[in-house]
Amino acid sequence: MSDHDLPGGHDEPLPKYTKDDFTTDQDVRWCPGCGDYAVLATVQKLMAELPVRREDHVFVSGIGCSSRFPYYMNTYGFHTIHGRATAVASGLKITNPNLHVWIVTGDGDGLSIGGNHLMHLLRRNFDVTVLLFNNRIYGLTKGQYSPTSELGKRTKSTPMGSIDYPLSPLAVALGSGASFVGRSYDVDGKHLSGLIRQAWEHKGTSFIEIYQNCNIFNDGAFTSVTEKASKDAAQLRLEHGKKMLFDGGRKGIAFQEGRPVVITLGVDGTEEDVATHDAFDADISRAFALANVQVPEYPTPMGLLRAVSRPTYESLLHAQIDEAQKKKKADLHALLHGGYTWKVEDH
Amino acid sequence: MTTAAHIRRELDAVTIRFAGDSGDGMQLAGEQFTSATAVAGNDLATLPDFPAEIRAPAGSLPGVSAFQIQFASTDIFTPGDEADVLVCMNPAALKTNLNTVRRGGTIIVNSDAFTETNLKKAGYAVSPLDDESLKEYAIHKVPIETLTIEATKGLEIPSRTAKTCKNFFALGLMYHMYQRPMEETLAFIDAKFLAKTPLIAEANKRVLNAGWNFGDTAELGSGFVVPPARISPGTYRNIRGNDALALGIVAASVRSGLPVFLGAYPITPASDVLHVLSQYKHFGVRTFQAEDEIAGVCAAIGASFGGGLGVTISSGPGIALKTEALGLAHMTELPLLVCNVQRGGPSTGLPTKTEQADLFQAIFGRNGECPIPVIAAATPADAFESVYEAARIAIKYMTPVFFLSDGYIANGSEPWKIPDPDSLPPIDVNFVKTGETVQPYERDPVTLARRWVKPGTPGLEHRIGGLEKADKTGNISYDPDNHDKMTRIRAEKVARIAQEIPPTETAGDPDGDVVVVGWGSTYGSIEAAVRAARLRGVRAAHVHLRYLNPLPSDLESVLRRFRKVLVPEINLGQLSFILRGKYLIDARGFNQVRGQPFKVAALTQAIMNLSEET
Ligand SMILES: Cc1ncc(C[n+]2csc(CCOP(=O)(O)OP(=O)(O)O)c2C)c(N)n1
Ligand code: SF4
Ligand SMILES: [Mg+2]
Repeated sequence: MSDHDLPGGHDEPLPKYTKDDFTTDQDVRWCPGCGDYAVLATVQKLMAELPVRREDHVFVSGIGCSSRFPYYMNTYGFHTIHGRATAVASGLKITNPNLHVWIVTGDGDGLSIGGNHLMHLLRRNFDVTVLLFNNRIYGLTKGQYSPTSELGKRTKSTPMGSIDYPLSPLAVALGSGASFVGRSYDVDGKHLSGLIRQAWEHKGTSFIEIYQNCNIFNDGAFTSVTEKASKDAAQLRLEHGKKMLFDGGRKGIAFQEGRPVVITLGVDGTEEDVATHDAFDADISRAFALANVQVPEYPTPMGLLRAVSRPTYESLLHAQIDEAQKKKKADLHALLHGGYTWKVEDH
Repeated sequence: MTTAAHIRRELDAVTIRFAGDSGDGMQLAGEQFTSATAVAGNDLATLPDFPAEIRAPAGSLPGVSAFQIQFASTDIFTPGDEADVLVCMNPAALKTNLNTVRRGGTIIVNSDAFTETNLKKAGYAVSPLDDESLKEYAIHKVPIETLTIEATKGLEIPSRTAKTCKNFFALGLMYHMYQRPMEETLAFIDAKFLAKTPLIAEANKRVLNAGWNFGDTAELGSGFVVPPARISPGTYRNIRGNDALALGIVAASVRSGLPVFLGAYPITPASDVLHVLSQYKHFGVRTFQAEDEIAGVCAAIGASFGGGLGVTISSGPGIALKTEALGLAHMTELPLLVCNVQRGGPSTGLPTKTEQADLFQAIFGRNGECPIPVIAAATPADAFESVYEAARIAIKYMTPVFFLSDGYIANGSEPWKIPDPDSLPPIDVNFVKTGETVQPYERDPVTLARRWVKPGTPGLEHRIGGLEKADKTGNISYDPDNHDKMTRIRAEKVARIAQEIPPTETAGDPDGDVVVVGWGSTYGSIEAAVRAARLRGVRAAHVHLRYLNPLPSDLESVLRRFRKVLVPEINLGQLSFILRGKYLIDARGFNQVRGQPFKVAALTQAIMNLSEET
């Protein structure tokens, strides 16, 4: 089997795209005010800017409100089953590495029912991008708590408050060996777009947690982090090579004995003491520490936490196939006659 | 004096069985004997019978592993109801295998292993070699371990290592008894050991020869000759079902021009297909050992979406996990080959034993109206052609297809007349090309298959998924009439696969008393039983179904040519239930779930009994 007729990766000049070229004729079915709209608009706009032909993008999703995303993207798309977008995308990417594969999933889809597949996608490092819409709730099934819901959260299925300890999606991603891990949120289109673009440029699996407001079942889940009045103090904007400053430069994060500590400049330290973000640090410990902090004790980290370079699964697999094909001819007749054969003559 | 070598009795068919501890190399001995027998030109059928435990305690009853082979100068269909000769490496093997030997049969025991400890492990208070319990058999006590160590004298290997060669002694002895050529096995030993451990190679060869020579001098009854069978001319090899399955998949890939993507998670008895296919990377085969069976099938669906030949293999418990994804493949109308190498169930069941109890699961086991075509292999060699057919149908009709094998087919082997690849039916793949205007759910008027569009094709961007589709456009639709229509279209598409099925063949009488309808690995026992019943005067025929969903269009009329319909299955009556439901016909079951193939004698009796009913 040669890959010569695989579509994708054409050399013809790229058409000039606009956001409209990535918009489908389907009615968008999200609730008015849902954070998903903002993410969709950001992604459609970004698609028009990326140097990729429209037909080479494939959006693969699971099940959930967020997983309706592919229906609204005028690219190839596959709305699969609950939790399994990662697995479907793996087979797709292996079969045609020329495609730009995007995985859209939710906090329930990706971290609950699909947690196992997510972990294995990340460690294998396919060159794909995961957009995990975290609204800390099951939206589509009308409001049960999710693996990212806070302790004590009252939902339809937890009338006395949730007793499940929540996980940190970023920590799960780092722990699974993800080669690119970052966070952004729905209504900051500029920041989100920048991070997704970086993810697209990264060779390997990129994992982005997107804080997304579900205004129907979990309204305001991230207000303390994202609202105008408090966001400077509540967010740690991570930029490679820059000091980890926040709250208008009044505060910063220092690492003391490996642990992140908030310092107020001029009170418990100077700018000297504030750590510099190394997004490409080979040592995972600082990224892991940052993946586990959030408001109110700490500012919530936003941006690229960590990116490291590792060969992709599909490149390793296809290298093995190339090597095997160089060594041995694909001769079906010879294959069928393998092992010991004997002839029976006419009698 | 006339020695055994001078008088040879000619036999039509012989069944021998090697039994010993899992660590005694009985499977290897059986496989070698099989190759030599194929070379000798006999028809043959084998039954490996091994425990689920990787290493049960040495000498214990659960640790016994056996290999049975029947070979003949005529067509042979089964590995034999009863063994004529049992080779027994320890007391546990004797205890668990004695009931497989015919009364009056020969038992060769490794007398060295009948120690007090081993007897105790096998639960013998007194050695069966010393009391009367084996008086109905011809017992030969051979100190196999002692003779093995003797044969390796002079080689610088510890006697513990030397002892591990004892399976070759048993093999050499059987080679002599049935006058099999030893060249293949000598070459096998060299290939396996010569480069890395030349001393072991030498030891094994010496022990093999010692076994042969022992047969020459010992009084083990006469030597026997089973003359070559009359087999149709051609080039042959011996093939196991799992290997045939893997080759059939590669052949489908080559003939369709589609790269194979296999998504699988290890499970007995299907894992070997993963192992074998992972060696065929030069054919562009991509094997993906997924994190679980769900990921395996989902990745295969992703591969098919991308324009590859998505394949997944598993066994019962793993197939259960794939259920939801099969609905997705049905709904999105993508080709997918789903191979179930069945084992004893339910739950973990009997992992290493054979069973046919997943037919309902294949035909019905999904939520919603979700018909999936089902095709089954009849014998190890048939797995090649039938899995190829399953792939062809999956691609032609854009549908998932179930392919059923089982543990008996998977590990059993038989001579296979190697087909010319060019004689295989063509598999045409017709991707939508750039510039063509098609809607995602437009259909071929004859097959009702939708067209296959590879992502990356300009101008044809579209979305598919598990939600109900609007006719033609494939957009999401909640319209009641549309759902009714689409459900019927998908069902009709699968039903139309009946147009691919050749006329039903009956082996035996064209009409009469009893038609025996089977599917899957019961082929051999049914064929043998029908022949036996006909010799006893019953007008009977054997119909063996490769296509189980849809069924052949002419099946009902064929069955109605007989007074009685008998359906033997290694389950509690699944095909018989379907035939009764579909045709309102009085199909009778003959059912056992013993993890073993049917005994021909019992099945013959069932045919006789039914023929006598009015
Ligand atoms: C196998 C299966 N189980 C349950 C469901 C029901 N279900 C659909 S979406 C969903 C949760 C979605 O939550 P999330 O992934 O957070 O997505 P959101 O709707 O919040 O965007 C559940 C439980 C399903 N579709 N399939
Ligand atoms: S339920 Fe919540 S997540 Fe779902 S569409 Fe409505 S607002 Fe958005
Ligand atoms: Mg959610």
